[in-house]
Amino acid sequence: MSEPVTVYVPRDATAKALGAERIAAAISAEAARRNLAVRIVRNGSRGLFWLEPLVEVVTATGRIGYGPVQAGDVTALFDAGFLGGQPHALRLGPVEDIPELKRQERLTFARCGVVDPLDLADYRAHGGLRGLANALALSPDAIVRTLTESGLRGRGGAAFPAGIKWKTAQAAQADQKYIVCNADEGDSGTFADRMLLEGDPFALIEGMIIAGLAVGATMGYVYIRSEYPDAWRIFSAALAAARAGGLLGDDVLGSGRRFHLEARLGAGAYICGEETSLLESLEGKRGMVRFKPPLPAIKGLFGKPTVINNLVTLATVPAILDHGAAWYAGYGMGRSRGTLPIQLAGNVRRGGLIEKAFGVTLRALIEDFGGGTRSGRPVRTAQVGGPLGAYIPPSQFDIPLDYEAYAAIKGMVGHGGVVVFDDSVDMARQARFAMEFCAIESCGKCTPCRIGSTRGVEVIDRMLAGVERDRNEALLRDLCDTMVSGSLCALGGMAPFPVLSALDHYPEDFRRPATGKAT
Amino acid sequence: MKESRARTAPPHGGVVPALPPEQGAVVREVIVRLQQQPGALLPILHAVQDAVGYVPDGAVGPIAHALNLSRAEVHGVLSFYHWFRREPPGRHVLHLCRAEACQALGATALEEHARRALGTDFHGTSADGAVTLEPVYCLGNCACGPSLLLDGELHARVTPQRFDALIAEARKA
Repeated sequence: MSEPVTVYVPRDATAKALGAERIAAAISAEAARRNLAVRIVRNGSRGLFWLEPLVEVVTATGRIGYGPVQAGDVTALFDAGFLGGQPHALRLGPVEDIPELKRQERLTFARCGVVDPLDLADYRAHGGLRGLANALALSPDAIVRTLTESGLRGRGGAAFPAGIKWKTAQAAQADQKYIVCNADEGDSGTFADRMLLEGDPFALIEGMIIAGLAVGATMGYVYIRSEYPDAWRIFSAALAAARAGGLLGDDVLGSGRRFHLEARLGAGAYICGEETSLLESLEGKRGMVRFKPPLPAIKGLFGKPTVINNLVTLATVPAILDHGAAWYAGYGMGRSRGTLPIQLAGNVRRGGLIEKAFGVTLRALIEDFGGGTRSGRPVRTAQVGGPLGAYIPPSQFDIPLDYEAYAAIKGMVGHGGVVVFDDSVDMARQARFAMEFCAIESCGKCTPCRIGSTRGVEVIDRMLAGVERDRNEALLRDLCDTMVSGSLCALGGMAPFPVLSALDHYPEDFRRPATGKAT
Repeated sequence: MKESRARTAPPHGGVVPALPPEQGAVVREVIVRLQQQPGALLPILHAVQDAVGYVPDGAVGPIAHALNLSRAEVHGVLSFYHWFRREPPGRHVLHLCRAEACQALGATALEEHARRALGTDFHGTSADGAVTLEPVYCLGNCACGPSLLLDGELHARVTPQRFDALIAEARKA
């Protein structure tokens, strides 16, 4: 047999859910039947989910894509000569030239879907570990300065400057410090953390090692949600590969520097995405929000100085250390520097991951990238920033995605999730769900969140039942005000945003003829 | 299937339900393997649930003892997290996504369908003991919903018809 042809079949959770395992098996079986040498690599996803399962074949002219492939297509693909990149109805051409991918700025996701996520040599061949090599030659101060100058802000949602957080932890004196990665990606409409865990896990590991070098931490934890079983399995395997490859341990790549890393599994509590609650959970306790101060950077995990960052933040660090602060800061607008991995989700034709410099508009995302709704009906709203984010009406679709611009319209960019709804959506039901979700997920520590969310559901139910609508609307707004001002963390403090945006932009949905009794 | 045993805590000085020998062995093995790691409680609870299918009340005492915690503290953690179960599930566990991105694609109707098809509400098990229905808030499959996890396996673009096919397949297995 000749040199094997390399075929990429993603092992990403969404690709698997759409049949990627069966396709990998079918390609393998068909190749054996035809006595053809094929090497199947299980990559992550490119994030073009409407094309998944997206099979890529390595040819003399680059990687040629075919998708979405179903197991029944495999024989026909072989007949058509797809191993040579030949024409077929599913042929997409060179993957890098697919318009929705070509128009992106992939900095954090440069390798996702490209490399074998568990092959350290492949990671290195695609620019991996260059940031770490640079960091090992720099002083801790210089690493923190690079991060600060890049303008990188926390991608979990709070958008706090990462450099300042690191500086605070660096200045703290302690016998032990920790780096914690928040991979408790609970926001509906988001999957960026999951994609990196499954598609480029070494980038996170490298970023956490660099964070350790910067602040003097030798131990790290990655807190992954239990709802991500595939991400957990792949990241656990990546950890083992990193240890075996000398990337983690007492002597990181022969530098004499120490960094150990462990993964921990969450247990289905949305609140554990809040950083202090996550630390409590890592300590083996109920995920109750802590009062701040003290900041985690001063007194965090097990009472020690701790850098806790979102996964995307940490996975962006290696690229910044590789290419420099100015390179990263050269993207974006205003105080929102760099790129945002936007996750286009919900009722949209072409959903997926779109990494773009800050400043792109919802209209461009939903219409140009997304191609409108999957149902074919008109777009009525998009919820941006997860379950605590505002519902944005089409009249605001031209506002650039930027932390400050969104704050100005009482919205938030958050972790970059955009959930599209068509005109069949009932905004009063969505408002009710926001309160219901807050009631289910509240940790219970502060009263406005614990009690307010339940009262919120009741008030909305009364409005929907047609009971004293004006009085109840005033009461709901008053309740929202109390929650916003009086809650300890963002759960109770922001759950009113979707409620108020629904009330402000879609008042007619709260004033339909009552259909049932108040529950 | 509901356990017939009362769920109330034993009265002061009362007897904590003892674990059947095979469960006791699992719990002891898990404790010995994991108790030394910092913040060991969640990893221990996960390992017990993975092995037994749920965390039996009788496991609380030994875990508390090993970690130098009170039973109330262990109970508090166990009952805080939605992922942990304190009763045996059906033969299959189905986590159905209820969150916004799936709602935008018809998850609310699918939820109604699931309740009817299984004859149970969330946190319950179908009468034949085949499937336990749990709500979940986001599986990270938000561009291809509605989504569900069946025994830890993710399924995308689940229509009511697809749901029925999955359940029929599971019931046969």
